[in-house]
Amino acid sequence: MKRTETPLIPRPEGLYCPEGDFHIDPVRPVARALITHGHADHARAGHGAVLATRQTLDIMALRYGADFAGAWQVAEGVTVIGGVRAQFHPAGHVLGSAQIALHTRGGRITVTGDYTRSPNPACAPWEPVPCDILVTEATFALPVFRHPDPTTEIARLLASLKAFPERAHLVGAYALGKAQRVIMLLREAGYDAPIYIHGALQKLCDYHIAEGVALGDLRPATVARGKKGDFAGAIVLAPPSAFAATWAQRFPDPVICFASGWMMVRARARQRGVELPLVISDHVDWPQLTQTITELDPAETWVTHGREEAILRWCALEGRAARPLRLVGYEDEPE
Amino acid sequence: MISAFAHLLERLAFSPQRNAKRAHLAGYFRARPDPERGLALAALTGDLDLRAVTASLLKGLVAERVDAELFALSYDFVGDLAETIALIWPGEGTAREVALADLVAELQETRKADLPARIAARLDQMDPSERYAYLKLATGGLRVGVSARLARQAVADLSGLDLAEIEEIWHGLSPPYSELFAWAEGGAKPVSAARAPFRPVMLATLMDREGLRALAPGEFLAEWKWDGIRVQAVAESGTCRLYSRTGDDISAAFPDVIAAMEFEGAVDGELLVRRGAEVAPFNDLQTRLGRKAVSRKLLDSHPAALRLYDVLIWNGKDQRARPLAERRAVLERFVELLDPNRVDISPLLPFEDWDALAALRADPPEAVIEGVMIKHRASPYLGGRIKGHWFKWKRDPMLVDAVLLYAQRGHGKRSGYYSDFTFGMWDGDQLVPVGKAYFGFTDAELRDLDRFVRNNTVERFGPVRAVAPTRVVEVAFEGLNRSTRHKSGVAMRFPRISRLRDDKPAAEADHLSALLALLPDG
Repeated sequence: MKRTETPLIPRPEGLYCPEGDFHIDPVRPVARALITHGHADHARAGHGAVLATRQTLDIMALRYGADFAGAWQVAEGVTVIGGVRAQFHPAGHVLGSAQIALHTRGGRITVTGDYTRSPNPACAPWEPVPCDILVTEATFALPVFRHPDPTTEIARLLASLKAFPERAHLVGAYALGKAQRVIMLLREAGYDAPIYIHGALQKLCDYHIAEGVALGDLRPATVARGKKGDFAGAIVLAPPSAFAATWAQRFPDPVICFASGWMMVRARARQRGVELPLVISDHVDWPQLTQTITELDPAETWVTHGREEAILRWCALEGRAARPLRLVGYEDEPE
Repeated sequence: MISAFAHLLERLAFSPQRNAKRAHLAGYFRARPDPERGLALAALTGDLDLRAVTASLLKGLVAERVDAELFALSYDFVGDLAETIALIWPGEGTAREVALADLVAELQETRKADLPARIAARLDQMDPSERYAYLKLATGGLRVGVSARLARQAVADLSGLDLAEIEEIWHGLSPPYSELFAWAEGGAKPVSAARAPFRPVMLATLMDREGLRALAPGEFLAEWKWDGIRVQAVAESGTCRLYSRTGDDISAAFPDVIAAMEFEGAVDGELLVRRGAEVAPFNDLQTRLGRKAVSRKLLDSHPAALRLYDVLIWNGKDQRARPLAERRAVLERFVELLDPNRVDISPLLPFEDWDALAALRADPPEAVIEGVMIKHRASPYLGGRIKGHWFKWKRDPMLVDAVLLYAQRGHGKRSGYYSDFTFGMWDGDQLVPVGKAYFGFTDAELRDLDRFVRNNTVERFGPVRAVAPTRVVEVAFEGLNRSTRHKSGVAMRFPRISRLRDDKPAAEADHLSALLALLPDG
């Protein structure tokens, strides 16, 4: 690998590519941004120009309005920016999510964004993109994170529903990706009753349906003068932040559930007052992360955000070059 | 099967409400066979006698398999040793069912030198949830928020037995409690094999000035309500035991009292720390509680004593059906024979009418008096809280005006409401947190407080919200202890929010010095 300059530099705005003069997933408004996926901490409004997948651009428009950026372009095939050739590849994380492969003078770089290697029927599966430098997330980069098969987690939700038919089951799930994943898993498990959703999930569920993702019978959980008994025995999905709002007060003695990779750790679940933790993640867990580094075998591994100490230690034990980028502004798993 | 036990522990860990835990326990006891359910019960009540597996043994095992730094980072994040090991242990485990009884026997019987290898082999077989349950079992500290009493209550729930009946025979039973479960499912009551068994304690109901009007003063005896812990002291055929009112055997922590039990029978009284005639504050007793062994030094500095209220059994004769006045006469005769430094009798209060008793209650001679007890002269000694015989007329609660500082959401029916409050008092120009309260208010007041929290949040720490320090509440509490664990140096007993003081600005809330002045030794 020929190295004439540092091809990517961590800056307060986000990861910057001097050769192409653009940022990747910047957390502050910049002139030119390449965006991996539509989660709010990666895709922000107010950039001059945005390059992203069609679905990510659609999601940004849904979130922020049609004027979310000065200009935008759908990433298709290879886009040349300055001297840099950029190509988007599926990341398996959420609808529209991508890894970004860059060909620079400093070598081939793959920026994973957030990704998972577990199958997610809402989006194309992650694919390996060979590179000299792998820029990876490390949200669940501790050897304690070995996420179970999500179908067993959904089975626990259905068992609880059967055990407590008089209680509403409130499932906390992030509006983009997790909510639809939970719904699809429920449908796969044969649950065909109506699923109630918080208003904040409506637009993104509608968008998934428009993109051909079947979600079954969804109904709003925002009945203006609903009686408490109305939701007995029902599954209600909401962004976790809604549990702190008065919204949660309308449900009869609810079972608080939370779908997240963090739910593997009991203290995390208890802190949030979760009664039924559902370990459903859309990030790589420890085995997937280490497998990815091993398989791609990059000359260097750079870690963007998360628990970088552990993966740096693992790289050191494996004799692999690695460095932390210490990017700030990305949430562990946003709400 | 360890998998079923693991599943139970998981349900208990995530059920904050007592009734939900009780239902989960009863469901488990109903579904699982002997001896598994009995061993699980013993694990929950702390009666499972296993060779304690130490933390260092487990850390040594994991160090052979996982890099020390990766383990340290993980442990730091997870925060619980058994859970970290359960999650980080390499391998997926095979779905081979292992009987709880086999695991327990193995932990009891394996030679110490062979133990690490046996434990490692077991961990290899299990999935993370089972590993967690197994490690909690092996290390002895379940910490799932279930008291021994709640576990026994769940057994009683199997067929609607009275908990008191189970507690009466509990100490004669041993794991795996097969005859107990047989009884709880409709079989014959086990014959108590215990020596010096516990008998159900008689409890009083609450009384106030209004309620007393309907009662004739002449039919009642009154005595002080001492602020220690209620105990039953049993000395039968050479065996002496001291029980808490829930039937837990606390003999080991009180050898000084045990040594003074030179009688044959069962008596009811208050356990206190007493130096000569002076009864020490509850805090002093607290230092003696929960110990497996007591140092000579502590026995000298914190001498424990019994103050007797009643007698259940005397020289082999059951006294419980006799009227209180007759039992009292027996008690007065026999207390004369005992060491007065260790055992005395709770004196009767002289009163002509309720006004006279009210005057005594308003001005007790010692700080460690919590109010007065009023007992019908003819009352038999009945286990449980039976109405109409014994009453407690507690002293008025202590009150302070404090400022709300933090709030956290509640569980179950209160999920979605900020219902757990931390409040503070002034120390100079600073507000210092002095306690937490999550009841005392009405539903309407809860909605009001909830709205206040939402509209006045100044900072968030995870689930906790800091609120603008502007809202004053009246806090009622039953007593005050010194505490090194609280920043303020004091800990309240049973604090609750008794009134919203919207008439008071925060600057007029009470000062910490006013609280410290209420300390019994303040």
